[in-house]
Order: sequence, then structure tokens, then C-alpha cells
Amino acid sequence: MNHAQQVDIELIVNHEKINCRVPVRVNLVDFLRNELGLTGSHVGCEQGVCGACTVEVDGTMVRGCLMLAAQADGSTVNTIEGFAESGRAGHLQQAFATHNALQCGFCTPGMLASALEYLEQGGVADRAAIRQHISGNYCRCTGYQAIVDAIEEVAGQTETTDGQ
Amino acid sequence: MIGESAAHDSAHKHVNGEAQYVDDLAALYQPLYVAIGGSAIACGEITSIDLDAVRAAEGVVDVVTVADIPGHSDIGPVFPGDPLLVERIIEFHSQAVFAVLARSQQQARAAVTLAKIEYREDEPVLDIGTAMERESYVRPPYKIARGEVQTALDSAAVRLDSKFSVGGQEHFYLEGQVALAVPGEDGSVTLHSSNQNPTEAQKLVADVLALPMNAVVVETRRMGGGFGGKETQASACCCLAALFAIRNRKAVICRLSRADDMRMTGKRHGFLNRYEAGCDEQGRLTGVRYVLAGQCGNSPDLSDAIVDRAMLHCDNAYYIPAIEVTGLRCKTNTVSNTAFRGFGGPQGLIAAEALMDEIAFKLKQDPLDVRMQNFYTAGGRDVTPYRQTVETATMPIIVEQLEAGSDYRQRRADIRRFNETSTYKKRGIAFTPVKFGISFTAIHLNQAGAIVHLYTDGSVHLNHGGTEMGQGLFIKVAQIVAAELGVSVDAVRVSATRTDKVPNTSPTAASSGTDLNGMAALAACKVLKQRLAAHASGVFGCDVDALAFDTDGVRAGQHAMSWPELANSAWMARVSLSANGYYKTPDIHFDREAGSGRPFYYFANGAAVSEVLLDTLTGECSVVRADIVHDVGQSINPAVDIGQIEGGYIQGLGWLTTEELVWDARGRLLSDGPATYKIPAIGDTPPVFNVQLLENSPNAEATVFRSKAVGEPPLMLATSAWCAIRDAIAAVDNYQTFPRLNAPATAEEILRCIDDLRGI
Ligand code: FES
Ligand code: FES
Repeated sequence: MNHAQQVDIELIVNHEKINCRVPVRVNLVDFLRNELGLTGSHVGCEQGVCGACTVEVDGTMVRGCLMLAAQADGSTVNTIEGFAESGRAGHLQQAFATHNALQCGFCTPGMLASALEYLEQGGVADRAAIRQHISGNYCRCTGYQAIVDAIEEVAGQTETTDGQ
Repeated sequence: MIGESAAHDSAHKHVNGEAQYVDDLAALYQPLYVAIGGSAIACGEITSIDLDAVRAAEGVVDVVTVADIPGHSDIGPVFPGDPLLVERIIEFHSQAVFAVLARSQQQARAAVTLAKIEYREDEPVLDIGTAMERESYVRPPYKIARGEVQTALDSAAVRLDSKFSVGGQEHFYLEGQVALAVPGEDGSVTLHSSNQNPTEAQKLVADVLALPMNAVVVETRRMGGGFGGKETQASACCCLAALFAIRNRKAVICRLSRADDMRMTGKRHGFLNRYEAGCDEQGRLTGVRYVLAGQCGNSPDLSDAIVDRAMLHCDNAYYIPAIEVTGLRCKTNTVSNTAFRGFGGPQGLIAAEALMDEIAFKLKQDPLDVRMQNFYTAGGRDVTPYRQTVETATMPIIVEQLEAGSDYRQRRADIRRFNETSTYKKRGIAFTPVKFGISFTAIHLNQAGAIVHLYTDGSVHLNHGGTEMGQGLFIKVAQIVAAELGVSVDAVRVSATRTDKVPNTSPTAASSGTDLNGMAALAACKVLKQRLAAHASGVFGCDVDALAFDTDGVRAGQHAMSWPELANSAWMARVSLSANGYYKTPDIHFDREAGSGRPFYYFANGAAVSEVLLDTLTGECSVVRADIVHDVGQSINPAVDIGQIEGGYIQGLGWLTTEELVWDARGRLLSDGPATYKIPAIGDTPPVFNVQLLENSPNAEATVFRSKAVGEPPLMLATSAWCAIRDAIAAVDNYQTFPRLNAPATAEEILRCIDDLRGI
């Protein structure tokens, strides 16, 4: 296939409408990083295993390295920058920081995205369930304990708020 | 010379349009991308090389081979042997032969595949055993000895002789190797590099480009993980990016794909360990002869020091009266192995732990009792094989706390009972200590520098030679500065490590980051504070001793100045508000020839209990609970320290259980991606995980705020999991046979071991 073959796409990224011409073979995370300058999503393995590139497409968390930018045509995409700006992940961001749930931080945006999905799907402060949900995100530094602590705390807060 | 009408520093650049103004820089930052072409064989030579198709490929801007390197082509960090690009001789699969620069990453990677290279292939040496047979070493063997080992063995009540292998480990830092080179004026270059050792990269880039070191700046703000993998292995990306940047006057990014990263950069050394040992009827060692053979790959890199460290840790926490340790640096046709958290220490330490387990097994004792029998103790049993006296007070406290806190004895008894009635599932438990020596064994590396500026608004700028890879070094040193000056931590900003700010730095390695850089920063603060105190006492008309500094500023009686007032007032009075600090670790020395000295300033200690549940039909095994008590001295930042301990244990667990490096018969790495190389995911971590810092244990040595290094030691706590797996396996034949378990204890290895016991 010709590398130079391009396609026009239109999508909403972090609440902003984007019209762009992209090479057909560029994957979503490279597009977000290199074309839109949204470098918060990271490229860890490029093979769909580590989860560092996790972003939200039409309400579902996906691996940005396994999806082509062209496939996101017509979609609504949110990245860590969008979560941060909209305040959607405020509690989680705070909890990750206070629990030292990050070291090198390279996994953090993807991990936060998965954690956010857990909470927004109504996940509760249950360590086994949290472990299950983030089992697709690698972290090479922390040993994961602090990450579970952080998510558990926020889930606990949400439960209490819901209960009131 | 003074009085000479030397030309304006930029005259020559202004006249040819080279002088860079800010708006000029933006264009440079549109980077080009590098991909590296690696060898398709592991051993042999290149007979012909045709890169025409590569050059003609879409988007390709430049292609280089070794002939295009203007300076040195060997980037070996200590000893030669690591060509940036090979000329003819191939020593491992994927060894770099050429590099391509293209407009996009994809184009560069696609172009690389178009090379036509022909080879004459030789039989590669791929394992330690073969290298030992051929006495093929990257560095000469080395021996440390004390006492009459043979006599001790001959007269021992109990004798053992065992061998086992320990696998290597891929770093799998989540951010792979990457460098960005930006060409500067006068042929200079600035690199942004994910790098634990900016100074070495600076030196090697200068060597490769035939530039003086002052023409190269390397900056490292942070790494997405290092673990030792970016101590020497970050240099190649720097050199190639710089070479292309200078040739093309463009910013250049060299980022390895994950597969290239795994194939082309070094890993933890695998080892083949053998011990012949003798002990008395109580299980107390009388003599041990170790042979520790490390798989170094094709070149020395840091292997001399790494195998040395393995040798210096094969005693772990145990006193061995007569001992002989031989360390072999085996040469194989695999990528040159390198630093990895623990730096050989874990591979040596695990030999001592295997030995303890085997003694306990033979004598039918609780392995913890055998370990306790053999601990270093004061009064004659406190000197290491290399003649350093061990501080013996801490370990017993750790053991006592952990034994009680983990309920070790009761659980061990419960597990034995469980195993009696459970046919297919078996449980195992083990308690292992860690004693790890802190300091670079290369004595000259134990130095550091820092600079501290106070600005007139009271804010503080800190810079030091240590690099931040996630371990929390920057915040720890900022805390140290804040504490010493009296300002709040928020008032201190740490800037990126740069070779033109603090020069001639040591790598951030050997767990020494805070010990060295914290002390250097402390020294700078002391100078600065002394100046400020002299100034304030003059303003207040009081004694220096009457001054009190805190986050509000400085006070003496009813006099007070806030930090901005103090800084501004000192500046008006022409007091320098910038200070350098320097530190070198005192009292360390090592005579390698004699194998004797004090290579370590102190030891960090810890211990862990791990319990595993094993499915004997599938070999599947999981750690169900881990308990740790670890000594970090007086913690500067407990959250950061606990993070290091948890992360270290889990990384060690990966090394000893699921992370297996596999090469095919031709020397091609098969485990070259996360799908084939399994690092721990959260499901692999113990659901019950209790980590405690040892309380009230300030470092006996005068380290920064009496803290202890914490980066590497916790990794070895995972040895308890490996020992627990063996304990579970032994239950298969009701503890009749000592299981010959290798590491990593993958499901396959466990099944092999079980078959062994069953005589299958
Ligand atoms: S980079 Fe996408 S999963 Fe690793
Ligand atoms: S914090 Fe480094 S990979 Fe998670």
C-alpha cells in the first residue's frame, strides 16, 4: 500500500471539532500526539498490550495504538488532556497524587483512563474488582498497590456521595 | 589573551547566517526520524552490503554506516567492544549495522527492511555452559577468598554441591530508549535524552562526532522508567541522533520500537551458580566454594562490576568462615548485558538463599532457623569475605518484627497441614532476608555536585547531577533543600539534569541518587545559609546564633524578614545568592587485587515472607500474600520509599517467576515483545501485601538526614517468593527430595521440577 495515501477525517477531540487529512496507516495515538500535539497519551509497546495509549472513543476506552486515526472518523475522542480539563477525572488525579500511585508516570494517563471507566461504570470500592478492571494496564514501577489504593479511595467517596 | 582584539564570539556565525535567534529555532524542532538496521545473524561477518534501495526509499533523507562516523565508532562505556555501527564482524543478532533518517517514523522503519546484506554465518555461542567450556570470557575471571575452604569442606558434617541457573531480565521500562538531538551553533549539539547517565552520553557523543565535550549538552528531565537500562544503553540513540542532526542540520529523534529495544539493548545478566558447601549438624556454615558465571553477552559493558557485585553479595546476610568465590564473565553471541536494579547483587544473593534452603531441607529444620543460625553477629562473626565489618544490630530487629507480623511460624505449620490433605494444590512459604551494600564499587563514581540559587522573590532553584526516572529523587532532594534552608518545599523548583549545569556527574545508579545528590545539595544550602545568616545578623544587629529560619523567613527577637525580604535585602547588599555543593562518600576503599576493603559505606537491610499457592497439574503458581519489613534508615519520604519497596518486590517477582528470555538456536530473541515476554500485571501481584518501614532506625553512618538508599535492595525481597515456590513443589513428594528449581520459576520450569521429583 502506498504510504502516502491520505484520507479526510472529521472528529471531536476533547470537545473540539477537528478536520484533518491523515495518512491511512497512521494510528490514533500517533495522530493525537503528532498532529494534534496531545502528548499525554503515551506509546509504550505499540502492540496493544501495555495500555499506556488508552483513550476514550465514543464512550469506550480503547488502545490508541490498535486503532487507525481513519477509523475514528465521525467519533468523539477524549484523552487525558480532555479528562483533566473537563474535571471529569479530578478526584482520581488528586488521589493518584496523594497515594503516590505513580513513579515514572508513563503508565499514568492510560491507567487513569481505565480507572475512570471503572468509576463511571459504577465500580465500587472493592479491591478485587478494581484489580480485575485495570488488569490490562501495565505499570513497571509501582507494583500497583498504590494505584489500587487511589482508585479504591475515590470509589469509596463516590459511594458515600451516592448514598446521601 | 588579555589585550588582544579577539573577534566577537558570534562574528563568524553572523556573517554566514548561522547565528540562531529564537524564531529560527522553531523550524529546527520539526524533527526527522531514525531507524536502525540490525544484523540478521548472531555470529559471523558481513560479506556484502547494499543500501541503494534504502537510500531510494520514500521519505529517506540520509543513511549512515560506520564509515560515516567522524570520530570513534566504539561506544563501550568502560572497556571497548561496543561499536555504534559494526564494520564487518557480527557478534549478536540485531547488532546495529546502519541507520536511516527519514521524514516519518514509519518511513524510516520501512526503509530499513530494504537493505540487502549478505553474511558468512558462524555457529553462535548462546549459553553460559558453552562459554565456560571454551573459557570464552569478556573479562578475566576474578576470585575472592578467605580461609581454607577445602579443609572446611572435607571436615564438614554435612556437605552439599548444587548448581542452578538464574535467568536474565528485560528492563521493559514503559518508555523505550529515545533521544532528540538539536543541532546548535559551531557544530555543537544539544540532546534531550531519556538517560540515567547524561555525562557519559555527552562524552560518547563528543567522541563519536570528534567534538570536545563542551560542544555537547545532554539534558534529562525525566525518564519513563530506567531500572539500569538507561545507564549505558541510552548512549547509542544519543550518538545516532546527534550524528544525523549534525550532518543534516535538523532536529532528529531516535526512538527504538519496542521490538528493536528488546533485541538491541542489554538486559540483566543470566547466571549459572554453583556452590559446594559444608556446615555443622546445626546447619551453621563452615565453608563455601562458589562459582558464579554471568552471561555478559558480546562485550564487557559494565559486566566486570556487575559480576563483582554478584560476588560481593553471595554471602547475603550470612557469615561464612571459609569461602572462595570465583566470578566468571562469560562471552556469548547475545546482546551485551548491562545494569539492572541490583546490578548482579540479586544473582549472587539468590545463591546464598538456595544454599540456606538446601541445608534446612537436609537437616529437616525450619529454613528460618538455619538462616538465623548463620546471620552475621557481633564479636567475630561480623566480617564479610572481603573483610568489611557488618553492622549487625538491625537484622535481628527486622526478623523479629517480620516473624511476628507475618505470623510466619503458625502459617508454616498450617501450610504443612494443608499440603497433607490437598492432592493437586500445594502451598509454600519462605522467609528471606536482604543485606545490600550501598556505594558504587567503582570508588570514583561516589561523588556528586549540586547548585542552589535563591532569587530575590524568595523562590529557590535547585539543580543536581542525579536524574529522575520515577524513583522520586527530585522531590527527595527538594525536601532536603527545603529542610536545610527553612523554606517550604513548594518554594523549591528542581530543573532538568543538564551536563552544562552540573558537570562530570556519575550515573544515577547503585541506589545512590539521594545519598550523593542530597548531600551535595545540602552542602550548597549550608554555604548559602551561612551567607544569609551573616547578612541577617548584620541587619538585625544580633548574633548569628540568635537567628531562626523557617518557612516565614528569618527571625531574631522582634526582628523579622520574610524570604522575599531577606533575599532582596541580601542581593541589595551584594551577597551572592547562588552556591555550589559537592560531596564524596567518605571512608570507602577497595583493593580489588587483594579482594579486601570497605567497598560499601553501609548496608541496607530488609526481609520478606512470601506465600504461594501452586497448581501441580498446570504449574500455575501465584503469590497469595507477601509481608515485608524494610530498613530505609530515617525516611526522607515514606510514601516514596514504600513505593520503591512495593515496586521493587513486584519487579523482582517478575524476574523470578514469569519473565523469561528465549532465544532460538540461531541466536534470535524470540521474547521480543510484551506478548511473548511477561512482566507482572496487577493480577500477578499478591492480593495481601503488607509493607512496613523499619521504625526508629536512623542510619549509623552520617548519610543525608540519616536515611538509607532504597532503589535496588527491595528487588531482592522477591527471592522469598522463589523459595516459597520451591517449598510448595517439595510438598509433591512429601518433602523427600530437594527440588532443583531454576529461575525464573515459570509454569514450565515448575512442571519440569515436579516431573523430576516424580521421576518422570
Ligand atoms: S502502546 Fe498501545 S497498548 Fe502499549
Ligand atoms: S509509574 Fe512507571 S510505569 Fe507506571
